[in-house]
Amino acid sequence: MTASAVEHEKLSVAQAINCALRDAMSEDASVLVLGEDVGPLGGVFRVTDGLTAEFGEDRCFDTPLAESGIAGFAVGLAMNGMRPVIEMQFDAFAYPAFEQVVSHIAKMRNRTRGRVQLPIVIRIPYAGGIGGVEHHCDSSESYYAHTPGLHVLAPSTPSDAYSLLRDAIASPDPVVFLEPKKLYWAKDEVALGRGQEPGIGTAVVRRQGTDATLIAYGPSVPVALEAAEAAARDGRSLQVVDLRSIVPFDDATVCAAVESTGRAVVVAEATGFASVAAEIAARVGERCFHSLHAPVRRVTGFDIPFPPPKLEHFQLPSVDRILDAVDDLQWEDA
Amino acid sequence: MLLDPDGRPTGADPAALPAAEELLTGYAGLVTARRLNEQAYALVRQGRLAVYPSSHGQEACQVAAAQVLAEQDWLFPTYRDTAAIVARGVDPVDVLVLLKGDWHSGYDPYEHRVAPQATPLATQLLHAVGVAHAARHRGEDTVVMAMCGDGATSEGDFHEALNFAAVFGAPVVFFVQNNEYAISVPLARQSVAPSLAHKGVGYGIPGERVDGNDLAALLRVLVDAVARARAGEGPQLVEAHTYRMQAHTNADDATRYREDAEVAAWVAKDPLVRLEAYLRAQGALDDAQVAAFADAAERLAEHTRDGLNRDVVPDPDDLFRHVYSRPTPQLAEQLAIVHDELSREEAQ
Ligand SMILES: Cc1ncc(C[n+]2csc(CCOP(=O)(O)OP(=O)(O)O)c2C)c(N)n1
Ligand SMILES: [Mg+2]
Repeated sequence: MTASAVEHEKLSVAQAINCALRDAMSEDASVLVLGEDVGPLGGVFRVTDGLTAEFGEDRCFDTPLAESGIAGFAVGLAMNGMRPVIEMQFDAFAYPAFEQVVSHIAKMRNRTRGRVQLPIVIRIPYAGGIGGVEHHCDSSESYYAHTPGLHVLAPSTPSDAYSLLRDAIASPDPVVFLEPKKLYWAKDEVALGRGQEPGIGTAVVRRQGTDATLIAYGPSVPVALEAAEAAARDGRSLQVVDLRSIVPFDDATVCAAVESTGRAVVVAEATGFASVAAEIAARVGERCFHSLHAPVRRVTGFDIPFPPPKLEHFQLPSVDRILDAVDDLQWEDA
Repeated sequence: MLLDPDGRPTGADPAALPAAEELLTGYAGLVTARRLNEQAYALVRQGRLAVYPSSHGQEACQVAAAQVLAEQDWLFPTYRDTAAIVARGVDPVDVLVLLKGDWHSGYDPYEHRVAPQATPLATQLLHAVGVAHAARHRGEDTVVMAMCGDGATSEGDFHEALNFAAVFGAPVVFFVQNNEYAISVPLARQSVAPSLAHKGVGYGIPGERVDGNDLAALLRVLVDAVARARAGEGPQLVEAHTYRMQAHTNADDATRYREDAEVAAWVAKDPLVRLEAYLRAQGALDDAQVAAFADAAERLAEHTRDGLNRDVVPDPDDLFRHVYSRPTPQLAEQLAIVHDELSREEAQ
């Protein structure tokens, strides 16, 4: 597709995902969408709106209410030539499916020496920031990222939501696709069609900067960008890297970015202990040690169960908390 | 029950007795399965297999599960169902790769339409439903035989699988081998339902109970169940009542939880003895045929032995090769670590 032929539309993240599903279903009859309430209702976030009407009950349908069932059923569908895209209604309600995800979806290719591949996409509306009550706001990425055999993606823009989901559906490997709930309604220009954005495994620099690097993904990217904007007003130039793909992890882009500034703060909403943020900090520490002027800092959720709505602002990485961490990066030595 | 433990027709439903030809095929399968179980057990003692969950005593279930399927059908076996997989046509040397430890699954699931053996209990039942649904979605004439044990019926996935299959009308035959134990735990601790076949009721699935040591009855019930599933009547549940004659695996000590007398009572119900007596009485089986079947089983045992006594040099690249369709940069780095270690070992 030439650049001039690319269709651009202003879409929310939810609409972009809906478009990606529609386009993938149009192009490939083996793509099926299934889950709880994804049929005529269009999903509790309306992400699958209109798909049953357009493609029929056979292609987009409601299942019985059982997440392990949905995931295990998808294994069989994929074994027999389908490309199922399953929806877990909320992050914390994906836990009943965990055994199927870890013991089968992630391992099938390896167990069978590549003879059985499972092109399954597990869409999970995830993370906080929407005032959700308990069990609706978990950041569960580290469970999946810790499991070999899964790709784990977390888009932060409508364009990435569209493009990465298209890539995920086309991938022969299973993908956990984490959709930041609080960004569902964020709108921006989306380039439709495949391959308009960098693919799976690629991080991007969202904002250029020279003094320190903020590394974020999913729901934390807009917060990091806001922090960089605030820092700029104070005369500090922060670079922002958006991972997009947690697994595979783009060491090259992340390290090049950190080496260019010599300072790094990882920003993520999930609890910090044994987290993706912890892994990133360790990797950057190992690989960029000689370029670092200060230890890598992390701004993450506290190690507590996700708080109730009235208290969630304490848990979410904030601009102030990010700027405090940046202030701590031993500037006196500079 | 169509044949009593001495191989005499019970007279319950004479018309239901499968043809002698069908039973003779089954008998050959039983002889092979029994020999295979013995061979695998010996290979454990010789240190060639890490472990073997034997289906000794359950061979009629193993043979019937495979015998009633057509080529386009699928079999979803557990760790205990090696003999069923072999009855379906897979080379035992490839099946036992898992227990030998060269790799996890050693056969191509698409070649004979046999899923990899599942160890996480009941999880494979959902895969079976998915395969069946996909087949129907494409208009294919496929029935899926989904196997599990009595203990596995307590797992959530068992219930989710039955329910999904029923709701989607998937052509699946759920085949439960109730061998009275889940390792050490007797059936009474799994369920107080009148039978495991009753578990279909809550999902709107017809359930049937059959003597799991009577190959004639098993063939009848499973042939009918497969036919109903194929005809679009939806999933079927069959409970075969049988008995695990040996310990759970060679690593288990069954004397800690059951009496010898209980085991002895089941020796008298041996599936092989029963069918052989019947076929001989019918004049459908003579000494020469018995010897020929035993000989064929012996050749398979020999092939199995030879295959498993061959050492395969493991390729460490395999550790990283199949995690993803393409290794991630991180896996490429980790493979390089292994290569580096190996080259330094060689240099020493
Ligand atoms: C989810 C899960 N829990 C526990 C185990 C360990 N385990 C292996 S076999 C077994 C007993 C299963 O009994 P049953 O389903 O009756 O099958 P059988 O071994 O008698 O053929 C147990 C507890 C397992 N494999 N998977
Ligand atoms: Mg059992």
